Amino acid sequence: MQRIGVFVCHCGTNIAATVDVKTVAETLGKEPGVVISQDYQYMCSESGQNLVKDAIKEHNLTGIVICSCSPRMHENTFRKAAAAAGLNPYLVEIANIREQCSWIHKEIATATEKAVILGRAAIAKVHLNAPLTAGESPVVKKALVIGGGIAGIQTALDIAEAGFDVDIVEKNPTIGGKMAQIDKTFPTLDCAACILTPKMVEASQNERITIRSFSEVTDVKGFVGNFTVKIKKKARYVDETKCTGCGLCTEKCPMKKVPNEFNMGLDNRSAVYIPFAQAVPKVATIDPNYCMMLKTGKCGVCSKVCSVGAINYKQQDEIIEEKYGAIIVATGFNPISLDKYDEFAYGQSPDVVTSLELERLMNAAGPNGGTLLRPSDKTHPHTIVFVQCVGSRCDDSKGKPYCSKICCMYTAKHAMLIREKYPDTEVYVFYIDVRTPGKNFDEFYRRAVEQYNVHYIKGMVGKVTPKSDGKIDVQASDLLANEQLHINADMVVLAAAIEPDKTARPLATMLTTQMDTNDFFTEAHPKLRPVESATAGIFLSGACQGPKDIPETVAQASAAAAKAIGLLCKNSITCNPCVAHSNELMCNGCSSCEKVCPYGAITYIDKEFRMPDRTTKVRRVASVNPAVCQGCGACTVACPSGAMDLNGFSNSQIMAEVDAICK
Amino acid sequence: MQEAMINKAKQLLADGTVSRVIGWKRGEFAYDITPAVFETAEELEKDFVFDDFTSANVSKYLVKESKKEGKVLVFLKPCDTYSLNQLTKEHRVDRDNIYVVGIPGGPKLDIEKIKAKGITGITSVKNDNFTLKIETLYGEETMPFYEAVLDKCASCKSKKHVTYDELIGEDGDTLESNRFDMVEQLENMTSQERYDFWRSELSKCIRCNACRNVCPACTCENCVFDNPASGIDNKAPADSFEENMFHIIRAFHVAGRCTDCGECSRVCPQHIPLHLLNRKFIKDINSLYGEYQAGADTTSRAPLTDYTADDCEASIVHERGVE
Repeated sequence: MQRIGVFVCHCGTNIAATVDVKTVAETLGKEPGVVISQDYQYMCSESGQNLVKDAIKEHNLTGIVICSCSPRMHENTFRKAAAAAGLNPYLVEIANIREQCSWIHKEIATATEKAVILGRAAIAKVHLNAPLTAGESPVVKKALVIGGGIAGIQTALDIAEAGFDVDIVEKNPTIGGKMAQIDKTFPTLDCAACILTPKMVEASQNERITIRSFSEVTDVKGFVGNFTVKIKKKARYVDETKCTGCGLCTEKCPMKKVPNEFNMGLDNRSAVYIPFAQAVPKVATIDPNYCMMLKTGKCGVCSKVCSVGAINYKQQDEIIEEKYGAIIVATGFNPISLDKYDEFAYGQSPDVVTSLELERLMNAAGPNGGTLLRPSDKTHPHTIVFVQCVGSRCDDSKGKPYCSKICCMYTAKHAMLIREKYPDTEVYVFYIDVRTPGKNFDEFYRRAVEQYNVHYIKGMVGKVTPKSDGKIDVQASDLLANEQLHINADMVVLAAAIEPDKTARPLATMLTTQMDTNDFFTEAHPKLRPVESATAGIFLSGACQGPKDIPETVAQASAAAAKAIGLLCKNSITCNPCVAHSNELMCNGCSSCEKVCPYGAITYIDKEFRMPDRTTKVRRVASVNPAVCQGCGACTVACPSGAMDLNGFSNSQIMAEVDAICK
Repeated sequence: MQEAMINKAKQLLADGTVSRVIGWKRGEFAYDITPAVFETAEELEKDFVFDDFTSANVSKYLVKESKKEGKVLVFLKPCDTYSLNQLTKEHRVDRDNIYVVGIPGGPKLDIEKIKAKGITGITSVKNDNFTLKIETLYGEETMPFYEAVLDKCASCKSKKHVTYDELIGEDGDTLESNRFDMVEQLENMTSQERYDFWRSELSKCIRCNACRNVCPACTCENCVFDNPASGIDNKAPADSFEENMFHIIRAFHVAGRCTDCGECSRVCPQHIPLHLLNRKFIKDINSLYGEYQAGADTTSRAPLTDYTADDCEASIVHERGVE
């Protein structure tokens, strides 16, 4: 006979205000098998836990049910308490009467009734709980950083510094990411390249860091401490080990009309190219979409001029398989496409640019060598209008609902730099709000307004119309003065919203991590675990988790590294004993479970069975590797015969819960 | 055709290619054709039957027969080959131990439709140029052939053999069938109408298990309805609503694996249109995940046990379900 203890927590007033905890404890006390049922103000407190421990010893309990908050909060607390009192920790069940009950109901009667039902379901389940013992699995002492922007670089450097090997996988030919494209950084106005490129060099020189540029993650298997990752090394048609980065091929390449993505397509590059002077690794890449040799088989100039024979037109994509203990996602962001914003005439006039394009226009390594000129006629602009929140804080489906966070500050920076360098230029900024929370941020913005006389106007731009004389009419409203404005501008700069990189969504699927509706990775806890994903061993670095500026990105990158290092330091980690197993007598060998298993934990064996008539029969049956299984339970629902079952969440336990709820 | 099949079977037995043959023999009545295993030429000569009533899908017998010593010859109609492929894919049969001779498909006859005309005491049924000449104890009756065709044949999906080692006759093609028409009608009902329809149909069930026993997708070593540990085996007899759930659960169990062979409805002594449950799943799978025919091959991944990045989102599936 089971001897079950029930412990109902008040959680201060969190539960007790809406749930009549005394009634719940009393009612559940009458359930079959329950020998003690108590309530207490804070069950998770030391004295609350002692209450549980004492009851286990005194009543020789065979299972306990804690009616409290979500098991994500305190399941571990109570499992440890049970273990300390000599009860197997897996004989503890949590009935969530806070998040799933008291917080969502207003009426005491309804909430109390539901709390009783939830408690009853947990009691029904704990009747069928079996003691489980956790095993251990080793940790591969190597980390994978996906994305080689400032976030990925910082994370990799910190992990390498701690003495662990790190691979950076970057989809572009060079690491550096968006920061490499930025001209100056707020609020100090120091040059982005000057602070980024030393870090890029450091990453390439660090013996523990392997940079896998022009590569993509194509498959992830395994689990925390033991991921097996397939990386596609895309063909760059240049042997990285031979190329010296001399750049002769890029000079001689006859195909020079390729839009240069590093300069946001504002100028051209050659078909064989090195993205920028400080690229890491500094090796050439041939763009197969434009290379005449690859397209038509006629040319071969680069191959002829290369003195080290690095050009290889026959190079193929290569798949590399590596094992890692931890994975850090640092896939970053992109400005949104402005196709849907006809009112801002982005596609109609070359002089309407995005802020990132303006960065390139102002950069010394940009298309104009650092002189700000209009893209259309290369003349100096005298009136520039900045439009804030283009696609940010949108309530329609065109844009994003969130604040992109960095635009207010970089626009203040742009406005200030333009006024500093070209004092004869009038600068207007149209904004909804100016948001400057950050160290020295508001001071920076005030300098733009007060010292540099940038015209900040609260209001949105309604329409941008390119005119036949090359000027641009900007129609806007000034909400404070309550008047309509027409500004005759030379250039318009749009602060496009930022969104997660498009590669993030398929990556999240591979990593079995969660994303929010905007495709930002979801952290394990918004306050207390901001750099971990809910999937063990997967960490989040930089803007892939949400819009961030450089200091925040770097801070989060180092935090993610610290978490990863904490994992890599361990020689082994405790496994989850709630894994699947197959009842071989019922298994059909149909492979349904093997097909749905995301971890590759299921294999099939031909096993000899002794039949009732003393003959033997060889049958194909499923076999689960408990070290690989993560207990997701997909196999148990795919199994047509019910042969697959999950420890701690068995089919019969789930049925017992459902029956208890429906009773 | 029957002669050709007997000769082929005798030849393959004689040259040692196979050691037994799965076919059909006559039962108690002329129209009562039942699957049978033959081991000698004499048995074949004496009992082997192939006529307008040999509609039974014998693929499922291969689960046991293919694992015995020696190769087994099986005669499969196009629809039956889909079942065999599905069983091969699920590793339920040993395909290497099976010699498949593909034979032309139906349409086959439904004796119940003949009886429904008030014709009783039937001793033989002959197809004379698409008019049925029915000999009875009370004299000869006639009726048009197509009025007596099995429902599953009337909505035939394919005349193509998807697996065979040898063919007798020509191979056909997959067909445009009207098999989802009735499902659409059910979908257009209100949920109450639909509930009433199924409650009424399923209330006829006597739990004889014929549908499960004939189903080529129901080959579990230990069926959940026979397994006391499953927690559901005793529920059904306890209450009539749970009783109805038997069919719903069975439809879920074969979802994505059912080839729509139609045997469940053919064998139901209560004439419950059970195939409609399976067809609803097939139709949904087709519309949500793209056209998929279970058993069309032995290698493709079934949509319900596969994941691709462009699969529809659960929320979209949910939207469809809301009325």
